[in-house]
This record gives sequence, C-alpha cells and structure tokens, in this order.
Amino acid sequence: MELDPLFISRVQFAFVVSFHAIFPVFTIGLASYIALLEAIYYKTDDPSWLKLSKFWTKIFAIVFGMGVVSGIVMAFQFGTNWSNFSYSASNFLGPILAYEVVTAFFLEATFLGVLLFGREKVPRGLHLFAACMVALGTFVSSFWILSANSWMQTPAGVEMVDGMIQMTSWTQAIFNSSFPYRFAHVALASFITGGFVVAGVSAWYLLRGRHGDIAEKALKMCVIMLAIATPLQLLSGDMHGLNTLEEQPVKVAAMEGNWETGPNVPLLLFAIPDMANETNHLELGIPNGASLILKHSADGVVPGLKSVPPEERPPVGVTFWSFRLMVAIGTLMILVSLTAAFKLWRGTLYQSSGLLRIFSLMIPLPFVAVVAGWFVTEVGRQPWIIQGMMTVGEGLTPSLTGWMALVTLLGYIAVYAVVFAAGLHYLRKVIVAGPDEVEHAHAQITGTPKRPWSAVGGEFEAPAGAGRS
Amino acid sequence: MELIDLTLIWVLLIGFGVFMYVLMDGFDLGVGILFPFAPDEESRDLMMNSVAPVWDGNETWLILGGAGLLAAFPMIYAVFLPALYIGVFLLLAGLIFRGVAFEFRFKATTGKKWWNVAFFGGSTVASFAQGAVIGSYVQGFNVVDGRYVGGAFDWLTPFTLMTGLGVVAGYALLGVTWTIMKTEGKTQDWAFKLAPKLLGVVLLFFVLVSAWTPLTNERVMARWFDHVNWLWLFPATTLIFAAWVFYKLKQRSDIAPFIGSMILFSMFYLGILISMWPLAVPPNYTFWDAASDPGSQLFLLIGFMFLIPIVLGYTAWTYWVFRGKVTAGAGYAGH
Repeated sequence: MELDPLFISRVQFAFVVSFHAIFPVFTIGLASYIALLEAIYYKTDDPSWLKLSKFWTKIFAIVFGMGVVSGIVMAFQFGTNWSNFSYSASNFLGPILAYEVVTAFFLEATFLGVLLFGREKVPRGLHLFAACMVALGTFVSSFWILSANSWMQTPAGVEMVDGMIQMTSWTQAIFNSSFPYRFAHVALASFITGGFVVAGVSAWYLLRGRHGDIAEKALKMCVIMLAIATPLQLLSGDMHGLNTLEEQPVKVAAMEGNWETGPNVPLLLFAIPDMANETNHLELGIPNGASLILKHSADGVVPGLKSVPPEERPPVGVTFWSFRLMVAIGTLMILVSLTAAFKLWRGTLYQSSGLLRIFSLMIPLPFVAVVAGWFVTEVGRQPWIIQGMMTVGEGLTPSLTGWMALVTLLGYIAVYAVVFAAGLHYLRKVIVAGPDEVEHAHAQITGTPKRPWSAVGGEFEAPAGAGRS
Repeated sequence: MELIDLTLIWVLLIGFGVFMYVLMDGFDLGVGILFPFAPDEESRDLMMNSVAPVWDGNETWLILGGAGLLAAFPMIYAVFLPALYIGVFLLLAGLIFRGVAFEFRFKATTGKKWWNVAFFGGSTVASFAQGAVIGSYVQGFNVVDGRYVGGAFDWLTPFTLMTGLGVVAGYALLGVTWTIMKTEGKTQDWAFKLAPKLLGVVLLFFVLVSAWTPLTNERVMARWFDHVNWLWLFPATTLIFAAWVFYKLKQRSDIAPFIGSMILFSMFYLGILISMWPLAVPPNYTFWDAASDPGSQLFLLIGFMFLIPIVLGYTAWTYWVFRGKVTAGAGYAGH
C-alpha cells in the first residue's frame, strides 16, 4: 500500500493544531480572569480574592505549560511538512509570526515567571502588572496568529509572482476581510471557555459544600459574564458566517450540505452527505431555513457545492457535522447561561443543584465547540491552503515521504497522549485538593507576622511523598 | 541604490537571536542533562527551581529563531526543517517532555521519578538534536532549486553524531556552572567537583570538531589555513578562557565559571560562523540567496528595533528579580 504524504500530513496538522488549540483558548480567558482577581485583591485587600487567584494561577500554570510545548511544535510544523507553502508565503507569514514572538510570546513567558514565582519577590503593584502583561500577551498573540490564519482564508494585499507571494499592502494583508470576525469570534470563545471552566469547577465545589464563599463569588462573576458573552457569540458567529458566504461560498455550501445553487434552501438538521453521488441521504430540514439565515429572505439564493468542480470541494461530511456540533453546543451554552443569570437575579442560583450539576458536567463542552469550529473553517477551506492561490498539495514538503509523515504522526500521538493524560490527572488533583488556605501568605504579603511553613501556601505539593490526594 | 544591506543586518539579528537561545536555554537544558547525577532529590528540587522562573522565556528565543528565519531567510527555514525532519521531531518531543516536567514533577507524588526521567531524557535528546543541526549545517544539504531533495537520514552521520554529543557536553557545562552560581552547600559541592571534568570533555570535543571539520571539508580548510592568519587568535583565546575557567573553579568562585563557560560557547559559535561564512544553505547558497524580499525584511526590522530592546529589558529585569541563590521552599512550592 502506498502511503500518501499529503493525506498523512493533513491528519498530522489537524491533530497537532487541535491539540494545541484547546490550551490557548482556555488560557486567554483565564489570564484575563486572573488579572481581574489580582486587581480586585490589590484594591480590596480581601484575602479571599488572593485565594481564588492563587488557585486559578495554579491551574493556569499547568495548562499554559502544555500550551507552550505544543505551540513550539506548531512553529516548526509549517517548515517540516509544508515547506513549499512556508517558502512561498514567507514574505507575509514570516514577519507576522516573528511579530507574534516579540510582541506576545516573550511578554507571556517572561511575566509568567514573575506571576508564578515572584509574589514574595516584587512589590504587589508589580505583581499585578505581571498578571496584566500575561493577559495582554495572550491577546496580542491571538491577534497575530488569527491575522495569519484569516489571510490564508481571505488573502489580500499580496500578489503571486513566480510562485512567491509578494506584498502589495501590509495593512490590507493583516486586516484582511475575515480577520475582524474571526478575531471577535475566537476572543469571545476564549472568554466563554474560561468562564465555563471556572463556573463548572465552582459549581462542583458548591455541590460538595466546599469553599462556599469563594466558589459563590467565582460562579457569580462567570454567570454574569457568560450571560453577556454567549448571546454575543451567536451574533459574532452570524456575522462571521455572512463574511464567509461572501468570500468562501463553497465553504458555506459545505456547512449547509447544499449541492445546488438556488433559492428556498432548507436548514438541514440531519443529513448524510454523499460526495461521490453529489447528494445527501436521510435529509431532515426546516424549509427555507438556510435561505432565511444566510440571505434573510425565504427565496434568498444560497450557493451550492456543484458551483465548483468536484476537486475544488471540501470534505462535506466533516464540515457539515462539525458546524452542527458547534452550533448545538453554542445554543446549549446560551440557554444555560441565561437560566443561570435569571436564577442569580432571583437569588436561587447557589441552591439549584440541577443547574450546578449541569455546569460541572459542561466543562469539556467549550473545548469540543472550539475544535469543531476550527474544523469547520479549516476543513471547509480545502483543497486550498491559501484560498484561491495555492492548494494543500502544492504547499507540501517535496522531500516528504509517506512513512516519515506517518512515523512522526504516531510519535506526536504517543507523546501527546502521555502529556494530556498526565496533565488531566494533575489538573484533577489540583481541583480536588481545592484552593489552599492562603491567609498566612496574605499575612506575609501585607507585612503581618508569618508562621513556619506559611510562606509556601501550597502544602499539598511541597513534601514529595505526602500528597493528600 | 541600496544604502543599507538589510540582509547583513538580518544575519546579525538572527545570529544574535540564536546566540541568546544557545546561551540561555543552554544552561537550563544543561540542568536537565545533569539531573540523574545530582546527589539527591533535594538538590534536584533546587536545580529545577533555579531555572523554573526563566526557562519559558529562554525557550521563546528558539521560536524567535524559527519565525525569524522564516521572515528573513525563508530558504534556510524551508530547507533545514524538511532535511532534518526526524531530528526536528526528536528535538520537539524532547522539549515537550522536559517542558511539562517542570509543572508535573512538583505536582506528582508517586510519579515523581518518571518526571525526573522525562526531564533528563527530554533535555538530553533536545540538546543532542540541536548539536546535530549545527553539524548538518557544516555538512551541507542536497538542494536543487532551493528545495531539499535528499533523504530522511542524510543528516545523521558520524560527524553530526559527534557535534550532537559535543553540544550535550557543552550544555551540561553551562548547566553545572549555573548550578554553582545558584546553589550552595552539598549541591554546590557536587557541581564544583563535576565542572572541571565536564570542561575537559568539552575541550576534547572542541579539539575533535576543530580537527575533523577542516579535514573533511575543503572550504573550511581553505578558510582557516589559506589566507587570514590572525584567525588563529580564535582557538588560542578559547584555550586561554578554558584555562581561566579551570582556575576559577579551583578557587571555588561562584559566578566566574558560568561567565567563562558562556564566553567559551560564544567562541565556539563565532568559530562556526567564521568557518561557514557567507553560506546559509551549504554548499551552494549564501545568506543573500536565502534572503526574503527586502520589503519584508524592512517591515520586520522597523518593529524589531523598538521591540527587541524592550524584550531584553524585561528579561533582564526578571533575572534581577530572581537573582541570588535558590533556597528550599522557594520557587515551585510557592505558587
């Protein structure tokens, strides 16, 4: 059997980028949350905020570490497996990625050291500053990387000369047409992901009757934020979709499972797309739904997959179902957030064990939605690596053989399986152990006397053999 | 019409970035390489805590190297990575294991010894892979029309095996002198005992590589033996600094051995550049052939002029914050 380096490279990229994506999308939201907690603590001097911040910083450190190491892989994946693409697009991608490193990665990595280890070594104001710089770094990073990704979806400001991308306008290229929508959509996704994780863990504590005071505080903050962010995400997703309809109509056709260009297209709730026969099986849909959503009128014309030759169509099934999965989770999130906000207003939230249980069960869902969303936009772009300019086949590394790609793919799967399993295990351990008693640490920071062992505020991880779990 | 040679500026900038990476991640990888040889678990805690606040920033210089190459010398990026495909995977897998070991080891109870192994193994494999990359650069690549056309294991030769091991020894030397600077008591005693031996091993590799490279490579031979005799100041200075480090180790000086080892590394680094200049993708392409569009080089350069000093500024500040000896109970136990 002939191993196809193109297919295996695509699977490899999908795997390493999906694995990577789940960490930053959480840490972007969480970094802002920690900066906020630190700011409140700075202002109020109330140790419960310090306790919350220390607890979530611990979680942050683990997740951020996994994000960093899987991110280094991404910096080299373009060169190892997609060297023709990297070389051709280097005039644009190179500076953009380099700017990401110097404006964001250094900021995050360096100030994270101070945030984690510097609480007793720098003045409180500087420690707060470090927390803000980490949060800022995560946002700046997403700005550049989403600009690069959006440019691959909706290229602008460049021309192809003898196989090389040459710049004609940096502003047009950086602020290309899909970028604002993608940036808004991902930024909101980060807040929502962070919010649901913090809310889920807090709800779990409340269900167990542990850490009631600070769990209530954290849950309340999250519910208010989520009640605003989740409906906004629906809006940003809708606007993002309308931009895609304009710029990448074939992707929208795949998302809707629509084969023929025409009016009165139904919104399919279920279908099994069949690319070979250019049709769907077992269709179940709402009449005129897709036309209404995309064109805001029942007889709006929706593009179909048959508008391009078969070799220019993305894998329909994956795009179609990833989109449905993302939307379903998004809808559930809006319902849960609004219900919780209502109960918060009525003063019954902390006693609603049903809703608290739902929150704690929902922790994995934002991650699933984020990965599904990336599948929609990335698989839906196929067969293009740069929409309309270069295909994935043209972008592949010429010297790459199928077995090389396969061996490294299996290698990454093995490495990430170990790292992920261990990461989840230690995260669980930190959560089960709960926020430490940090009054001593607070006393030390504010200058009141400390007791032996108090400075560490993390007894559970200090002595090697004496862990509590 | 070109008043400024942007490509030359970028050679200096990338050279500086790689140099920063080698020095900074060099010592924290070195700490990992030394891990199993440390006297006890408490020493390992101290050693890990001494690099925990800064390793992440150090490793960012590697990402800057990758992105900087893509921006300024895309041909290097698009040839080296495919040519070193398997080596790059080993490098990344190594960095992943040692990177997560920082967080996981201190959270582990029964699994702690496994994270010791991961920290050591990951650091060693990553260091070896970096040495092999340098060796392959000296060795050259099979390139047609700017694209790599060789096989998956062309990079793995006795020569790259040797440069790989040389870098492992070199990083271990940086790691052990760092440990001397950052610890006291039994950990420092152990480091003082180990450092002269490591320095000897490093010098042995230095002599081996210096002899082997010109003998197998006519271009390098010509560079060192044909024209410029003052180049001989280079190995001479290197040996003088090595002697100085020996002397300072004997005197049990805290900081000088680390500084001296960094200077030694700088000399090796410059020596390689002198051998290879002006080739970016040997044997046929110079830095000017490998360069990106001047517009892209300029666009990034303008930002770098402001941003790199800022980065250096706050990096220096964190090193200042975490200056001095690490003590038990500080660092990881504290967050």
